Amino acid sequence: MSQIETIVPARKAKPREQLYAKREPVFNKRIDGPFRRFKWLVMAVTLAIYYVTPWLRWDRGAYAPDQAVLIDLAHRRFYMFGIEIWPHEFYFVAGLLIMAGIGLFIVTSAVGRAWCGYACPQTVWTDLFQHVDRFIDGDRNARMRLHKAPWGPAKIARRTVKWAIYLAISFVTGGAWILYFADAPSLFRAFFAGDAPAVAYGTVAVLTFTTFWLGGFMREQVCVYMCPWPRIQTAMLDEKSLIVTYKQWRGEPRGSVKQAEKNPLAFGDCIDCNQCVAVCPTGIDIREGAQIGCITCALCIDACDRVMKQIGRPRGLIDYATLEDCEREAAGQPARPVWKALLHARTLIYLGVWGAIGFALLFALGTRARIDISVAQDRNPPFMMMSDGSVRNGYTIKLRNMQSRPRVMEIAMEGLPGASMWTDEMPRSAAARKIRRTLAADTVENLRTYVIAPPGAAARDFTFHLRTLDEEREEDSSEAHFDAPEATP
Amino acid sequence: MANKRVDEPTGVETVGHEWDGIEELNNPLPRWWLWTFYATIVFAVGYCVAYPAWPLVEKGTEGVLGWTSRGQLAKEIQAENSRKAPLLAALSQIPVERLPQNGANMRAAIAGGQAAFKVNCVQCHGSGAAGFKGYPNLNDDDWLWGGDLKAIEYTITHGIRQPGDKQTRFSLMPAFGRDGLLTGPQIQDVVSHVRTLSRLEKPSASSRRGAAIFAEQCASCHGVDGKGSREFGAPDLADAIWLYGGDRATLTETLTNSRQGVMPAWGQRLDPVTIKMLAAYVHSLGGGEAFVEPAAATADAAAAPAGQANEPD
Repeated sequence: MSQIETIVPARKAKPREQLYAKREPVFNKRIDGPFRRFKWLVMAVTLAIYYVTPWLRWDRGAYAPDQAVLIDLAHRRFYMFGIEIWPHEFYFVAGLLIMAGIGLFIVTSAVGRAWCGYACPQTVWTDLFQHVDRFIDGDRNARMRLHKAPWGPAKIARRTVKWAIYLAISFVTGGAWILYFADAPSLFRAFFAGDAPAVAYGTVAVLTFTTFWLGGFMREQVCVYMCPWPRIQTAMLDEKSLIVTYKQWRGEPRGSVKQAEKNPLAFGDCIDCNQCVAVCPTGIDIREGAQIGCITCALCIDACDRVMKQIGRPRGLIDYATLEDCEREAAGQPARPVWKALLHARTLIYLGVWGAIGFALLFALGTRARIDISVAQDRNPPFMMMSDGSVRNGYTIKLRNMQSRPRVMEIAMEGLPGASMWTDEMPRSAAARKIRRTLAADTVENLRTYVIAPPGAAARDFTFHLRTLDEEREEDSSEAHFDAPEATP
Repeated sequence: MANKRVDEPTGVETVGHEWDGIEELNNPLPRWWLWTFYATIVFAVGYCVAYPAWPLVEKGTEGVLGWTSRGQLAKEIQAENSRKAPLLAALSQIPVERLPQNGANMRAAIAGGQAAFKVNCVQCHGSGAAGFKGYPNLNDDDWLWGGDLKAIEYTITHGIRQPGDKQTRFSLMPAFGRDGLLTGPQIQDVVSHVRTLSRLEKPSASSRRGAAIFAEQCASCHGVDGKGSREFGAPDLADAIWLYGGDRATLTETLTNSRQGVMPAWGQRLDPVTIKMLAAYVHSLGGGEAFVEPAAATADAAAAPAGQANEPD
C-alpha cells in the first residue's frame, strides 16, 4: 500500500520499461585444466553409455529378447542385463527413480550443482555443440567477429555447415533413444528401410528437433529459465555445501599487474582479466557471487588458476569452497581440505537413506519369486449346490511364470478336507487335491478352477499352494475362502 | 475505474482492483499467451463450421464435414464386426460339440457367449446364471434336457413351449389336482413319497401309499426310482436340486396345478453362431457334461469328451 501513494490519471503513466532483456549470446573461450579434462571425461562416458547401451547383447535363451537393456512396452517387460522387470514389479523402477532423486540430493549437498555442471544432458549436449562452434567458427574472438559480421557467402557457408553438424548430432541422439524400446539392429534396419512404426519416426523427429533447438540455440536459457532444478537447489544448498566461489576478500580491490607492482598493499589478487567470464558456458561473472546461472562446471577455476600461475600468485582465487570455509578464510584462518566439506551430516544422512533404499531393492531383487499365484473367487453366485448335495465354489487362479523357460508347476489345496478341484480344461472325473501344469515361458495364465466339497461342507478358509517341480524350487501360496450354505435344508 | 494509479517502483498502471492492500498491476500479457488465445478463437470458429455445434429449434447445425456421433458409432461397430468376422466364420463351420477340440476357438466362443448371455439371458437366469425359482440354475449339474454342448445348443435354439417352433421342447406334467386325476389326500401321499426319494423325509405310511400312486401315475415320465428322464424333460426328483422348491406346500402346488415353464426359442431371434457361443458359455459354467458320440462313432468317443483333457499327472 505504501508503495502506491500518488493517484494519477491513467494516460499520464510513465512509459513502460522493457520487461524482457534480449539474450546476450555466449561465446565461451577454450580452456584447459583439471576441471575441463574431468568434464571431457564425464562427457565421453555419458555419451558412450547413451549411444552404445542399446547395442549390447545379453543371452536370455530362446524365450526372451537378447538385448541387454530393453524397455519392451508392447509386451510390458523391462530388461536390464540379468534383471527382468514385470509390470507388477514396477516398484523396482520406482525405487531406482527415488534413488536417482536422493542421489541428486547427495551430490548437491556434497558438491553443489555438480550434476548441472557435468552430467546433466542439457550441459553435455550444450558442451558438445559449443565444441562444434569452436571447431567451425574458431575460438571466442573469431566467433564474436563472425556474429557481428553481415550475412555474406562466407558466413552463410559456415552457418550452414555448423547447423548441419548440429542436425547430424541431434539426429543420432534422437535415433539412439528409440533403440532402447525395440531390438536395436532390426529397428535400425527397418528405420532406414522405411518399415519402422510411425511412432519411431515421430519420436526421432521430436527428439532431433528438441536436441537441435535446446542444445544448439537455447543452451544456458534452459538452465536459467526452463529448468526447475536450480530453484529447488536453493533449498538443497546450505553453508556446508561446496560451491564455486570467488574469494572476494582475497581478490578485491581489483587492479592490473602493473598497478599491483607499484602498490602491492592497495590491490587484491584479481587483475580483472575477465578470463573467468570468457570461459563460462553460461556467460556469467562468478565474481558477482553465487547465482542461478552458475552450473558449477568450474571452468572459471581452471581459467583463474592459469592466470594466477602466470602472474605468480597462489591458485584458488576462484575455487570450490563452502560458505563456512569462506568465512573462516576471510577471517584469516587456514583453508580446510575439500574432503572434509564432503562429509558433513546432511550428506551422510542422504547417503544413509540412499543406501538403505538400495539395499532394500537389492534384497527384494535377490529374494523375489519368479512364480506367482493369486486367486479370485467367483462372487456370483458365491457357491453352488450340486445334484448330489455337494457344494461347489468357482475360482479364477492366476499363475505367473516369470522365467524365460517353461516350468512344471503343481497347485495343491491345503485345508478343506474331502474337497477336490478340477479346472475347466479337464474332465470333472479327474478332480484331485493337486493338479500339475506346465506353464509356458514368460506368461500369465488364468485358470478357471472349481473346488467341490462333500455334502454338508461348511464355509472356511483354505490355501492354494503353488510350487515348481524343477531343480530350482520356488513356491508361493494364496489364501482363499470356500463358501457354503448356512445349513443344508 | 476512477482510482487507477501508477505503482511507483515499477511505473506500471494498476487495474484498480484491490484485495486487502494487494493491487493488480496492468502488465501486458505475454505475446505467446495472446497468440494462443487468438488461435483458440480461430479454432472455435472453424470447429463450429466443421462439426455439429449450435442447437436450433428442430435440430442442430450439421457441420460441413457431415460427422455425427451415430455415424462414428456405426463405423466403430462395423470395424469391430469386420475384425470379428474371420473368427465368427470359423465358429460357424465347427459343430458345437467339436468346439473343445480347439482351445482358442472354445475360449473365443465362451467369451462371445458370455457377452450374449449378459444381453439376452440374465433377465431370467440372473447375471451369474444361478437362476431363480422356476428359472433353472445353469451352474449346477442338473439338466432337464441334457447338459452336453449339443443338447444345450438345441434347448437354446428351440426353447421351451414356443409356438412357431415345431422342434420346441415340451414337457407334459398333468395338473393332477385341478384335472381331478388325484384327490387331495392322494396328492399329499405322493408329496410324502417324493420327499423320501430325495431324503427330505423318512418313509411313512403316507409315503408308502404315495409310492403306489407314483408307480402308477408318475413313473412313466419320472421313472420308477424318480430319477427323471431327459427325453421328456422330466426332472430328477431324487437329487438335491429343486426348480420350484422341495417343501410340501410347493410340491402340493406343483402336483395340483402342474408347472409350465417357458423359454424363448432363440433360433428365431439370434444367429446360429451366437447360439453356439451361448451354448459354449453355459457349458463352461461348471455343470457342463461331456458330449458322447452316438453309437455309430464309438471308436473316437473316448477321445472326444471335454477336448484336451489335462490329466493331473
